[in-house]
Amino acid sequence: MKLDSMYQDVILDHYKHPHGRGLRDGDAEVHHVNPTCGDEITLRVRYDGSRIADVSYEGQGCSISQASASVLNDLLVGKDLAEAQKIQGTFLELMQSKGQVEPDDAMEEVLEDAVAFAGVSKYPARVKCALLSWMAWKDATAQALGESPRKETA
Amino acid sequence: MTQTREAHGLLDTEAIRKDFPVLDRLVHDDRKLVYLDNAATSQTPRQVLDAITEYYERHNANVHRGVHVLAEEATALYEGARDKIASFINAPSRDEVIFTKNASESLNLVANMLGWADEPYRVDSDTEIVITEMEHHSNIVPWQLLAQRTGAKLKWFGLTDEGRLDLSNIDEVITEKTKIVSFVLISNILGTHNPVEEIVRRAQEVGALVMIDASQAAPHMPLDVQALQADFVAFTGHKMLGPTGIGVLWGRQELLEDLPPFLGGGEMIETVSMNSSTYAPAPHKFEAGTPPISEAVGLGAAVDYLSAIGMDKVLAHEKAITSYAVERLLQVPDLRIIGPATAEERGAAISFTLGDIHPHDVGQVLDEQGIAVRVGHHCARPVCLRYGIPATTRASFYLYSTPAEVDALVDGLEHVRDFFG
Repeated sequence: MKLDSMYQDVILDHYKHPHGRGLRDGDAEVHHVNPTCGDEITLRVRYDGSRIADVSYEGQGCSISQASASVLNDLLVGKDLAEAQKIQGTFLELMQSKGQVEPDDAMEEVLEDAVAFAGVSKYPARVKCALLSWMAWKDATAQALGESPRKETA
Repeated sequence: MTQTREAHGLLDTEAIRKDFPVLDRLVHDDRKLVYLDNAATSQTPRQVLDAITEYYERHNANVHRGVHVLAEEATALYEGARDKIASFINAPSRDEVIFTKNASESLNLVANMLGWADEPYRVDSDTEIVITEMEHHSNIVPWQLLAQRTGAKLKWFGLTDEGRLDLSNIDEVITEKTKIVSFVLISNILGTHNPVEEIVRRAQEVGALVMIDASQAAPHMPLDVQALQADFVAFTGHKMLGPTGIGVLWGRQELLEDLPPFLGGGEMIETVSMNSSTYAPAPHKFEAGTPPISEAVGLGAAVDYLSAIGMDKVLAHEKAITSYAVERLLQVPDLRIIGPATAEERGAAISFTLGDIHPHDVGQVLDEQGIAVRVGHHCARPVCLRYGIPATTRASFYLYSTPAEVDALVDGLEHVRDFFG
């Protein structure tokens, strides 16, 4: 059944038992919403030089948006900014693939649990859900590192 | 069987559904489509599709200009559609029916008329605008814009826990300063059917104009603009079996004569010189540019279709379906109806939450079973805030909806609970 390709067990696990949820101290905080469906996330980043010391978040939304934030926390905390940006770029590429990209080993190595979102990319209405926390992280990082003015929503 | 159906007030949906080609569609390979998103848009019967096709195949021309056969036929069809709609809403005059592109444009048009109007209609910094907390964004944002631009104060009626308007403070909300009260007749998210008379009476007491958003009412019940006693009524074509791109603003004739135009251009003028222009009488004064001609013709055919069935019968059918749906939905564990949890004084849109399962996930799993519902905040985010929920799932019915589709929804929701349980 096609639905199982979207709702992989790994996604449902992250949804039911999110990793790193809750707001902790950060260098910058952003609030992003998905206006079409009402998903919301408040996300903070804390940097230790160029290393991501923490990504904390609180939000409400569908399983896809919440699981994605949990996976993001798993993948990015402890990484160096350049590596995190590579992961973010790879995830973006996968999510924008309209189901055309079959994750290979190299992609799986970069994305780990996040490859489970490959099935979501077939559902245009849900891609935004999966990307919500990642766009919030990108925005928060830009603010924390002083690269752009504060932005409330995306 | 027929007697049972009629005793319940149900229409002969088997016959009606034959007019709607899309209702036969299979989705996700082999699932029968169960279309329960009628509050977002209704499906289109063959009669409307044929009217639009025939217009383009035989009569297409620009209207109100040219003396050739096609131009005259197109004009007659376009203006004929206006007659049909005037009659459908019991307008005293056909000249009170303005074609727009949708209800949002109708609402924006009035907000702009009032912003540019002279006294006694002018909205300015000493005046107030009244709406309600259950409005669609299209009946909030135009008034916020008007308030911001003029300095007027925007006020609103709150909601009760049961999903009704809280009119307990009506005398404080609608005051001598109120210039316009604009509210929804039937809420697109809560389904609530609002009491018109009390609001109109208070507005008339203080000399305020009344605008009614009838987008969720015109498709589903007999609409009589004279009985409503409002000054303006807005609705849209695509929710009432018509095509997209056509909406209606009805306004009282003397107001349409007094109020200034908003969009300028061809069609809306009388004479134009380089220094100034004079305007055509209503409705043309408010229809600048080439209008949505085929769309109006389509809406005219939709109105014919609805009238042939009878709007009282459409209403009775939907009451029966809604009553059954409320009863069945309340049996689903963890399901909470957001809005009136009865079939009384409500329309055929039912919003609900299902435990902690996010509506997006509910909608996705329903879709996989061929069931189309709307999820999200339904362009009425303040309602979600009011009830402390991020979003709802909404099932909305129409004249072709069947009890079996209600059953399919309830079964589908059980599957959702299993999936996320």
